[in-house]
Amino acid sequence: MEEHEVYEKIQHKTNHRNKIQKAVTYIFLTLWALIVLFPFYWMILTSVKSYGAYNAEHTPAFFTLSPTIQNYIDAFTTVPLVGYLLNTAIFAVATTVIMVIVSTLAAYAFARLNFRGKNLVFTLFLSLMMIPSELVVITNFVTVTNLDLRNTFVGLVLPSVTSVFYIYLLKENFEQVPDELYRAAKVDGTSDLKYLWKVMIPICRPTIITITILKIIECWNSYVWPRLITDDPAYYLVSNGIQEIRENGFGRENIPAMMAAVVVISVPLIVLFLIFRKKIMAGVSQGGTKG
Amino acid sequence: MNRNHKKAWLYLLPALLFLIFFMVYPLIDVFIYSAEEGFNFASQSYFGVGLYNFSYVLHDPYFLQAVQNTIILVIITVPVSTGLALLISLGLSSIKPLRDLYQTIYFLPYVTNTLAVGLVFMILFQPTEYTDGLVNMVIEFFGGSAVDFIDGPYWAKMFVLCFYTVWIVLPFKILVLTSALASVNPDYYKAARVDGTPKWRVFTKITLPMISPMIFYLVITGFIGAFKAYSDAVALFGTDLNAAGMNTIVGYVYDMLYGDSGGYPSYASAAAIILFAIVLTVTCINLLVSSRKISR
Amino acid sequence: MKIMLKNLTKKFPGRSRKHPEDVIAVNDFTCEIPDGELVGLLGPSGCGKSTTLNMICGLEDASSGSIFFGDENVTALAPELRGVGMVFQNYALYPHLNVFKNIQFPLENLKGKERLSKGDMKSRVLEAARLVQIEDLLDRKPRELSGGQQQRVAIARALVKMPRVLLLDEPLSNLDARLRLQTREEIRKIQKKTGITTVFVTHDQEEAMSICDRIAVMNHGVLMQEGRPQDVYDNPANLFVARFLGTPPINVFHGTVRDETLFLNQAPVLKVKGVSDQDVIVGIRPEGFLLKSDGPLRCHLERIEVMGRDVSIVSTHSACTGTSLRSIISSESRVDTAAAEVCFSLKPGKVFLFSAKTEERISFEIPGQPLSKGE
Repeated sequence: MEEHEVYEKIQHKTNHRNKIQKAVTYIFLTLWALIVLFPFYWMILTSVKSYGAYNAEHTPAFFTLSPTIQNYIDAFTTVPLVGYLLNTAIFAVATTVIMVIVSTLAAYAFARLNFRGKNLVFTLFLSLMMIPSELVVITNFVTVTNLDLRNTFVGLVLPSVTSVFYIYLLKENFEQVPDELYRAAKVDGTSDLKYLWKVMIPICRPTIITITILKIIECWNSYVWPRLITDDPAYYLVSNGIQEIRENGFGRENIPAMMAAVVVISVPLIVLFLIFRKKIMAGVSQGGTKG
Repeated sequence: MNRNHKKAWLYLLPALLFLIFFMVYPLIDVFIYSAEEGFNFASQSYFGVGLYNFSYVLHDPYFLQAVQNTIILVIITVPVSTGLALLISLGLSSIKPLRDLYQTIYFLPYVTNTLAVGLVFMILFQPTEYTDGLVNMVIEFFGGSAVDFIDGPYWAKMFVLCFYTVWIVLPFKILVLTSALASVNPDYYKAARVDGTPKWRVFTKITLPMISPMIFYLVITGFIGAFKAYSDAVALFGTDLNAAGMNTIVGYVYDMLYGDSGGYPSYASAAAIILFAIVLTVTCINLLVSSRKISR
Repeated sequence: MKIMLKNLTKKFPGRSRKHPEDVIAVNDFTCEIPDGELVGLLGPSGCGKSTTLNMICGLEDASSGSIFFGDENVTALAPELRGVGMVFQNYALYPHLNVFKNIQFPLENLKGKERLSKGDMKSRVLEAARLVQIEDLLDRKPRELSGGQQQRVAIARALVKMPRVLLLDEPLSNLDARLRLQTREEIRKIQKKTGITTVFVTHDQEEAMSICDRIAVMNHGVLMQEGRPQDVYDNPANLFVARFLGTPPINVFHGTVRDETLFLNQAPVLKVKGVSDQDVIVGIRPEGFLLKSDGPLRCHLERIEVMGRDVSIVSTHSACTGTSLRSIISSESRVDTAAAEVCFSLKPGKVFLFSAKTEERISFEIPGQPLSKGE
């Protein structure tokens, strides 16, 4: 009887400890979630406060009773926000499409075709992965300037296309498609290009979608290259646009309008993320890096 | 056979052209630039070859400031972000309800525009017309005194920069560590529980060794990433980073290349090569340490 | 369509500097496959049978020699121009296409005059599907099918082009034992119905023996023997073929021939007329033993396995090259399980002699009666 009680006591104690541990864990996780979410909340909140109300605050208000869309109207009318968005969309789509085509062809050559020097070329490709973009950006800037391609989409897009990592990722994926399929297709007289298009790409579609999304995110957020290569606001991408807005746009004081612009710029990616959440997270954990 | 070889090269051709033109050639060229003394961008001429560019850069107070800023940033953010990510991932893997929701929230900073959200951080830390800003309000609430984080003292600006950097890099680290934790075979934990192993011992003797390759991977990529910090600083302090005293090495490279202080690709190249040398050295040391630790 | 293989040879270049010598996968292979027959290409793994098949279909170029389909030399033709259908070991079904589209895939590649209209394609696909009885699976994806069903789809895809030659590369190896039996009957039936000349690669001799019109046994890239299964079984050309065919496998002994008599360990066991004195290797099929109390072959009894119709006697003999020898006799004969010794006489038609040097067959005249003890 006594033993049983002792046992119960211990059981009770561990249960208690586990509960406290759980609670601490949840509190900690929630705290960080709040730190992550708060800037987003603040950005949306500020964007609906009116200019006057925001500047008249003596203590920052955590909510507003009179939301306004005036800031959004300002964001679209007084600065060329639509232009920035459109430029970024063109830049992202063009870069991604070219990148996917070029990478797919190269990955196919590495994974499926045989040619002399394949291993050597592939090793060279891989070693290029270690080259930091900061080293090559200088010459690219000079090249594009000398070719008179500043403030053009060509100059923006072309140097942003190359992406050794995606070629590598695709090649690995292509190699998992069994050899027999290729031989079966050959017996039926399928050309290489048709095999790539009709068999390889459909089978590897998940990976291709992943690299497409990752590249679009990369393009949407790219700042350094567009900043170097464009000084005409007509060609600004969103990152440069936001910088321009901050320094010359509404004037430093119109923070609510700035926040409206920030919301407009952030929303497309967040929507994309919420749709393709699983794919993006899987793709990033496969080897994307940021920071 | 020959026909096949040609075809393969044809498939490779576009990628090769892009890589040679925009990666291989620039890579060689950057070393040439760095050796050309007194290069004039307008006339594309130079009057000597040597190491002057390197010596200029190494004696430039702006560069030294940038190096100092970058190193402080690296030393603070890499351990903090890796440790925080480890804590969060451990917490995430120990809970079931709401895990998906938390994971989704934690990943959000990865898909945001660094420049845009940096602006939000700026206004959180910046005083407004009649207030000292939200963060200062919190500080005052706890009995501290307000600081201007954006235009104020160096340590305050550095704090904001580090905080924002950690905020930005955490999603990737959390993601990698949670999948590393999830891939540990649960049989180990079951075996440990059968043996009555205390939790802390399970963590240090089972979990940590199993995920240590991933932690080292994160440390190495974290070092590389932090050394290349730039756009977070621009987001917080504007494009004129030298004036704010918050420039980074990469920022110095770009400032030398372009903008009001630009037009010196030789100095930019020299600075970029110095950066590359630092990153390479640190990475090699990291790899050495990690291979010794893991093989043990 | 008759297939002729003339001196077909395939060399692969040496793999590294350490092994610069060429690897000869198929060596001087000559063989004729009559029209409309099902031929089994048989041999242990790595013997070159798959390489031979790949050369017939055109996936690999022959290093030398030639291949004729009928009178047409197809050696240099690309696979799609040869009119061959091929079924692969793992079926090679396209995972992203449903059954219908998988079967239709080869038809979409046809160009020029051969190009079919949508309707024609559909009727051809349905016809092929009906032939292998998968009409109700056409909407499914390959991963939703069982192994046997995938196999049928693969066959339908190979047949839909109406090939002149059908090639099957180890088509049954991925199926479980029961399905394998069923599917090989199926393949046989389909082949008979369509009358397409078919080459069937397998390492399973039982499979080949049971459904093929002819078998060709290969080893180390060389064709060992070719013929009707029963003929090859009854008249193996060499020790390898004798050992490779038959379950349980043939029992092999070291023996000597003196005065036209075969001796195993100095004991005379069989009259072998017309064989000169020499050391020989003796192969005796399990069914070549007759239980006889005064038989000349005295073996040490190990155990007896009763298998319903037959009884399998496992015993040992000092001249036997294996650890034990196995003989199969009808279950009606009585065996003394307690006895330490068992005595056999031999059926001369089931005993083969091979030269100890070349392992080639040495034939002998079969006398009227087997030897008995003490004669």
